[in-house]
Amino acid sequence: MTDKQEKLIDKKGIRGDGRKADELRSLKLEVGVLPNADGSAYIEHGKNKILVGVFGPREVHPKHLSKPDRMVIKCRYHMAPFSVPERKSPAPSRREVELSKVIRESLEPALFPELYPRTGIDVYVEVLQADGGTRCASITAAALAIADSGIPMRDLVVACAAGKVEDTVVLDLYDAEDKLGSADVPVAYMPNLNAVTLLQMDGILTPAELEQAVNMAMDGCKKIYAMQKEALKTKYMNLKDETKEEEESVE
Amino acid sequence: MSSLITKVRQKQIIALIEKGQRLDGRGLTDFREIKIEQGIIEKAEGSARVLLGKTEILVGTKVETGEPFPDTPNDGVMTVNAELVPLAAANFEPGPPDENSIELARIVDRGIRESKAVDSEKLCIESGKKVFVVFVDVYVLNHDGNLIDASALAAVAALINTKMPNYELKDGEVKIKQGYNQLPLRTQPITVTIVKIGNNLVVDPSVEEEQVIEARISIAINTEGNICAVQKGGSGYFTPQQILEASKIAQQKVADLRKILTW
Repeated sequence: MTDKQEKLIDKKGIRGDGRKADELRSLKLEVGVLPNADGSAYIEHGKNKILVGVFGPREVHPKHLSKPDRMVIKCRYHMAPFSVPERKSPAPSRREVELSKVIRESLEPALFPELYPRTGIDVYVEVLQADGGTRCASITAAALAIADSGIPMRDLVVACAAGKVEDTVVLDLYDAEDKLGSADVPVAYMPNLNAVTLLQMDGILTPAELEQAVNMAMDGCKKIYAMQKEALKTKYMNLKDETKEEEESVE
Repeated sequence: MSSLITKVRQKQIIALIEKGQRLDGRGLTDFREIKIEQGIIEKAEGSARVLLGKTEILVGTKVETGEPFPDTPNDGVMTVNAELVPLAAANFEPGPPDENSIELARIVDRGIRESKAVDSEKLCIESGKKVFVVFVDVYVLNHDGNLIDASALAAVAALINTKMPNYELKDGEVKIKQGYNQLPLRTQPITVTIVKIGNNLVVDPSVEEEQVIEARISIAINTEGNICAVQKGGSGYFTPQQILEASKIAQQKVADLRKILTW
């Protein structure tokens, strides 16, 4: 390490990890990865590696939490102790409690809870490796896992952050930019409905910069949305191929 | 209140808001009456009570000496905690903090922290060894809606009111001397929450109105007029246009609240 902090953006506008200001990190999305869950998804968003499992609709425990007219949605965001440079205690931190809540609230607008009275679904998010933007990657994967479970949805929810690094508004911050940059704006979005279901911000921005960041994040969301749909299709294409092979082997 | 009456009441609230009216006669973007009192807890280094209609928040600050975090050896420490005290509402229960009180504390914390309101370098006593730690404890004493705005306002009022002990360093020991200094503040963040009821944006919801909100957005703005924290909550959504509109409403309302805070 040199004494001077390395620049987060060079003169040509290239960021520390080689990206342009409005470029996403590489993404890998997989659906149906957990055999025991009713729905599941895995996301690699840059160096973030996150696994989501969905269970339900099923009976709610404890029972008094169930609602006579709708399904209750529970969500747990949890980071593995080895997911960050310094071991994280496995006990839920205040940050994790808050993120569990905002992730749940970003998914709820996509669901029809009145269709499944007296039941509940559990959305379990496990962050296996974190590198900035885990709440967004978690939402993107959780929406896929819910879709995979077969629960009807108004739209997929997709999330992406924008922020400000050295006076430039940039898309999809990684860990160093998140920590050293001057603002971070995570956004979750349902593209077909033009609905923002999560919006947070920390740092300092003028109202115009906030607007610019939200718009940039929504554009990022639209790109990831296409990949989400592709991931769902891929799962069913694979299923089709497998059944075909089985049929052929029977013959 | 039985749930039948509640349902009728909820429909009434929504219908009124469609017409631009509210149960208590306010306009959609009117706050209730606000009263701020400072320095009411003598044993705290700083304190403030905010009455927002019938919502009542008491914030006390304590300043102690402690160790800095290893990655910021020259910075003092500030922490915010919120208690939904069981006497404040029938549905508040004793026990460890639930997600609502944690979210409340973290929204208040973020407004103060991200605006860099507390000049943390001035809280350093001896680099890497001793700093001042400022504890901000938010006590909800009566819940009648809009706890976020009332708590954030009370927290800033309490920080303005906070006195730091005078000290001298002798052979690595901190000796508290007579007299006090003002806690060094750079800016005063104020938070305004805008809620969505039907397709209308409403400010300062009462507890009854909170039962019918689809989503809320809290925006913290510093003295210079920049936005320093945002949090969306609730199980509904906002359109991008509504977010821009909410940001404009927040700017106006923060200016109004600032007049009350600094009178």
